[in-house]
Amino acid sequence: MPSDLELGLFVFMLATFIGLEVIRKVSPLLHTPLMSLTNAISAISVVGAILITGNPDATMLSKVLGFIAITAVVTNIVSGFLITDRMVKMFKKREVKK
Amino acid sequence: MEHLVQYLYIISAGLFILSLKWMNHPASSRHGVFAGEIGMLIAIIATFIGFPGVGGAVGIAFVHNWTWIITAFVIGTAVGIPIAYIMPMTAVPQRTALSHACGALAAALVGTAEFYQRQPHADTELRGFIMVALVVETLLGYLTFTGSLMAMGKLQEVLPQRPITYRNQNAVNFILFAIALGLAIWLVNDPTQTQLFPIFAGLALLFGVLLIIPIGGADMPTVIAILNSYAGLSACAMGFALSSRLLVVAGALDGSSGLILSIIMCKAMNRSFTNVLFGAFGQVQASTGKAEQRSYRSASAEEAASILEAASSVIIVPGYGLAVAQAQHKIRELYDNLSKRGVDVKFGIHPVAGRMPGHMNVLLAEADIPYDKLVEMDDINGDFPQCDVALVIGANDVTNPKARTDKGSPIYGMPILDVDKAHTVMVIKRSMNPGFAGIDNDLYYLDKTLMLFGDAKAFVSELVKELPARVAA
Repeated sequence: MPSDLELGLFVFMLATFIGLEVIRKVSPLLHTPLMSLTNAISAISVVGAILITGNPDATMLSKVLGFIAITAVVTNIVSGFLITDRMVKMFKKREVKK
Repeated sequence: MEHLVQYLYIISAGLFILSLKWMNHPASSRHGVFAGEIGMLIAIIATFIGFPGVGGAVGIAFVHNWTWIITAFVIGTAVGIPIAYIMPMTAVPQRTALSHACGALAAALVGTAEFYQRQPHADTELRGFIMVALVVETLLGYLTFTGSLMAMGKLQEVLPQRPITYRNQNAVNFILFAIALGLAIWLVNDPTQTQLFPIFAGLALLFGVLLIIPIGGADMPTVIAILNSYAGLSACAMGFALSSRLLVVAGALDGSSGLILSIIMCKAMNRSFTNVLFGAFGQVQASTGKAEQRSYRSASAEEAASILEAASSVIIVPGYGLAVAQAQHKIRELYDNLSKRGVDVKFGIHPVAGRMPGHMNVLLAEADIPYDKLVEMDDINGDFPQCDVALVIGANDVTNPKARTDKGSPIYGMPILDVDKAHTVMVIKRSMNPGFAGIDNDLYYLDKTLMLFGDAKAFVSELVKELPARVAA
């Protein structure tokens, strides 16, 4: 059985190549929303923040740091997805008839 | 239950990839955002129902400290919603820098908490690659946190936008980084040396500040993209520390996205990463920026309007000045007015125009300009020779013909918009002062160039006012 490290590296390698291929095809029109979207996605570190805060053995330090971390990433998740949506909605092909 | 959780994580990772894939075109981009939201929701639910407990069992019953968790979620949501809806589009670069800072801080704090939490079992839980992952996570996290705050300060103009340099700057940075790296290696070797950790974290925080202060405002698109990449990589390192494949995937996607964007930005300025990070752009040219008095022609709004009216094709070249003046809605009026007269109006967008990748596109889209009129540099350059009027609004270096001809110029080799090939060039600018990069723009002294002095927004609205008046006459 591969170790956690080996599995992790394997997944990292594949995900990086997928990322490079997928991102290269993103229209330059959308580079700003792309950045706010990837930013929201990287707020997946919320998983780690929940694990450390919810741990039954969490020390006071862990709870405080975890609390700040959850607050920061939830802000990113909420504002990141909402503002990306607000931006991509603006891109219209034809003018709206007045 | 444990298997279900793993499958949920797999679905979530797949949705993140789809989410980015759908960003390839404006028509599918909203699906992309939706896929990302669902992916995130699934991941959060899976984390709760798959919470690790004693003896390998998992379940939501093992989650403790609910008050802390729920309060944090509520505060984060309460802060996030207003940011998303109130933030004006011109402030998007600052918001992006802020969210890089938040994401990086979270990764760094989780890493720090893990480090201290696992101390009692340091010999098993902080061994080998887990400790390597933790120091990478905290190092990147802390330096991206302060670095992004500095970038945000520069973008918000609470900090000076010009590069701040001092003697031996690169040497100082290098030594600091070397010490931080040395401490990191020491910690990996002996994770019980807890007294080293605060010094290590402090150095990382300081390094983030020092890394960004020598970088000028015009290089922000590259810097933001690099910080984006770092923030992703620190989330990725967290994935290794927690053996969570989902975090590795999401972090790698973010990291590669930042990497690609910074490569595109660097190419668009014909510069290398090291040059952007350590070159202190702007400083070098300050000495060469002394230009002799040269003659130029200027024109009033009335004259400019009559030229625009007679044109059959116009290319507007926007730059950071447009964002500063918030002129996008006025430009939309000009666009409408000219289009109704049968003038073909397009926009030529340089990849580094503005303060972050794609900045101009978002501003013009906000003003309801159809995106098929927003044309990339490589696609529009062929159109300039047939174009009657090129109207430059708030852009400077990206139109400077010196980039093609003057080997001594700091911007030599940078791909530019061939504005000087248009029949007539009009430049809206506050004054003849060169920008803070201090490079004189030869474009302004051409015989076919008319300088239109004034604030971008005020001048464009004067243009719009002049145009209908002429129809009535």
